[in-house]
Amino acid sequence: MFSKLKNNIIIKTINRVSEINLIIILIVLILALWIANPKFLSVVNVTNLLRQTAIIGVLAIGMTFVILSGGIDLSVGSVLAFSSVVASKLMVAGVPIWLSIVIALLSGSLIGAIMGFLIHYGKVPAFIATLGGMTVVRALVMLVTRAEKVLGLPDAIGDFAVQRYLEIPAMVYIWFMTIIIGLIISRYTTFGRNMYAIGSNEEAARLSGIKIGISICGIYAFSGLMSSVAGILMTARLGSGVPTAGQGYELDAVAAAVVGGASLTGAVGSIFGTVLGTVIIATIKNGGTLLGINFFILDILIGSLIVIAVLIDQLRKNKTK
Amino acid sequence: MTEHDFVRMEHITKDFPSVRALDDVSINFKTGEVHAIVGENGAGKSTLIKILMGVYQKTSGEIFVEGQQVNMSDPIKSRSLGLSAVYQDVTLANHLSVAENFFMGNIPKNKFGFVKWRYMREETQRVLDGLGIKVDANALVSDLPVAKQEMVVIAKKNFDNSRLIIFDEPTALLANEEVSDLFEIIRKLKREGAAIVYISHRLEEIFNICDIVTVLKDGKWIDTMPVSSTNEDELVRKMVGRKIEDMYSIQHFEPGEKVLEVKGLTKEGKFKDISFDVRRGEILGFFGLVGSGRTEIMRAIFGADNFDQGELILNGDKRKIRSPNDAIRLGVGLLPEDRKRQGLTLEMSVKENINLASYKDISKFSFINLKSERKNASDYVDKLRVVTPGINQKVLNLSGGNQQKVVVGKWLCKNSSIFIFDEPTVGIDVGAKREIYKLLEELLEAGNAVIIVSSYLPEIMGIADRIAVICEGGFIKTISRGNYDEEELLRYASGIK
Repeated sequence: MFSKLKNNIIIKTINRVSEINLIIILIVLILALWIANPKFLSVVNVTNLLRQTAIIGVLAIGMTFVILSGGIDLSVGSVLAFSSVVASKLMVAGVPIWLSIVIALLSGSLIGAIMGFLIHYGKVPAFIATLGGMTVVRALVMLVTRAEKVLGLPDAIGDFAVQRYLEIPAMVYIWFMTIIIGLIISRYTTFGRNMYAIGSNEEAARLSGIKIGISICGIYAFSGLMSSVAGILMTARLGSGVPTAGQGYELDAVAAAVVGGASLTGAVGSIFGTVLGTVIIATIKNGGTLLGINFFILDILIGSLIVIAVLIDQLRKNKTK
Repeated sequence: MTEHDFVRMEHITKDFPSVRALDDVSINFKTGEVHAIVGENGAGKSTLIKILMGVYQKTSGEIFVEGQQVNMSDPIKSRSLGLSAVYQDVTLANHLSVAENFFMGNIPKNKFGFVKWRYMREETQRVLDGLGIKVDANALVSDLPVAKQEMVVIAKKNFDNSRLIIFDEPTALLANEEVSDLFEIIRKLKREGAAIVYISHRLEEIFNICDIVTVLKDGKWIDTMPVSSTNEDELVRKMVGRKIEDMYSIQHFEPGEKVLEVKGLTKEGKFKDISFDVRRGEILGFFGLVGSGRTEIMRAIFGADNFDQGELILNGDKRKIRSPNDAIRLGVGLLPEDRKRQGLTLEMSVKENINLASYKDISKFSFINLKSERKNASDYVDKLRVVTPGINQKVLNLSGGNQQKVVVGKWLCKNSSIFIFDEPTVGIDVGAKREIYKLLEELLEAGNAVIIVSSYLPEIMGIADRIAVICEGGFIKTISRGNYDEEELLRYASGIK
């Protein structure tokens, strides 16, 4: 009974051809790197890889939600820095750690909700609204910190970053938690169904009684929340609030989702695919560095991978037409 | 210039996978003559035009241009032979000026490769003035009213020196003033020796501007006669004189109490003072021509668009409907005109589309009861006989008829009791049509009320218990089953008294 259920979940999780392809690519990649350098699969390296990936991984979960609804969120890197600085400032001011974190998460979500509001009710294209958000939020962070790090955080924060359970860094658990939350919301809740429906056909969704405005605000708020979570992780890793943190991460998050099979026109893609995309990109970076491949060559590889992923998808689509 | 046959279409037949759209139609277009083609929706007018323009390929038959047999392989070919068509939709680049639109694809350049702006403006203005169209060549297209845009499209066509020009419902978007401008243009083209093909639902226009008229019906040629020797009554009779086929025979029921009353519904510029009601167990047909405001009225009732004035009474209570969500909660379901763009989320599964309006009912704290979701889907797939490999199939991959059934399933699943079908059988093959009608019968039997919006008379007369006729946003009257008269209905809808 239990095994049957488990089996069912696994089959359902891998129900897309593109996801199976991604798994195959990942396995081949891992094997190749392992053969080239057995150190690749050492506990140290694997946990290192996961730790490095956790922050982008969390951002990519929120980004996937936004992309599935047919939008894009360029502000994630700025919101990451924002929440990092908010949490750090509060902690330095003596506010309890847990409360500082909660406030940081809420404020990040609020920024997301505001952008969602502009996008739906103000009819500002998502690209523009979040581009504005990215610039304004980053500037605010710089203004408040005078572009300096926020130092003097409680030790507990830095300790968290190096903590491990069962050899796995604590940060990675946070990433896994966001994956599970993302999976549950996208698969088992009305919010998730609405997100796909809006991405597929907003007018049909509206004519089916879905409240578009609230859903869009919720989706961007979720992305803001994920950015804030990533901001807290960043704070822990760096041991300080860093106003310049997260620059360019928005495109890494988009890349992870796209390599994972998400379509920027909405409704196509999944959290599981994004996780695979995130890990594939991280594996190329990590493995390449391990083999001493030039950093720029790795970027060429990753850039090509993004385009090829979409190209293959388009070719397949045209074939079925 | 003497009149002679410019284009001869002989024994044209066109088969689509499920239907013969044209059956052995022969027709000649002479130079210096305005030739009207009339017939109901589905008579084959647009198919004939599309074959002539090379958009569709004929199944059999021959086309001659000035006595030479030609193969209209594509629209470029027909254009090179001097044929052009003005369709009712406006196809201009909105953010460019009228002059730029005129020269699009053929922008004049000086010897340095720069655009000759002045030449473009002057030339465009000359053509517009020559046709008596009061439009500034510098104006942005988006700043012009739709009627003027339509005139620009027409003026631009003339610019191509076409020798046969097809006007497909050219007056649908025009006000009276522009209609007479258009007629002036047509007369001018005619004097210059062009052959004109004129398609319109408005019969009075045909007597105003055309020389000869051909009637098509169900893809067949019925008659070709000089306009001077016929009248509107005769034309209408020839267009519709057919017995209603068994296709539409469904069981009718004794109507119950009023479930929806609409009183004085008005929206500026769209429709005015619309009042009607629907009863449990009946089909109310809503008949009007394209652009009559019928779809807008239904969208307003459903809360998809707002309206200025009027009352909606559902099951005896006055209700405010401000959004589709309000309407859905009150038991109204809308099957939109364009199911792909408005009715379905194509990338999602049959299961998700059927449950789309009902997720609130099968979830707790936003968590969906997956068992109910699956059960709903398989229940309605069975009930509606949706042909699909499974409930997880993407709707994208289903046929038109089955997609329509999925939309019906969505509202059945939501327990709707008032169903608004806007052109439910457009683009659906004959077999699936029959199934949709059977489905209506089942809806009625279960005590629901149905509104059907259609511009296809045989359909609406075949299935509706009452027909409400609407013309140019105004309500004309409601006629009960048994008193239907095709000619009368068509006259009302065309605005002929």
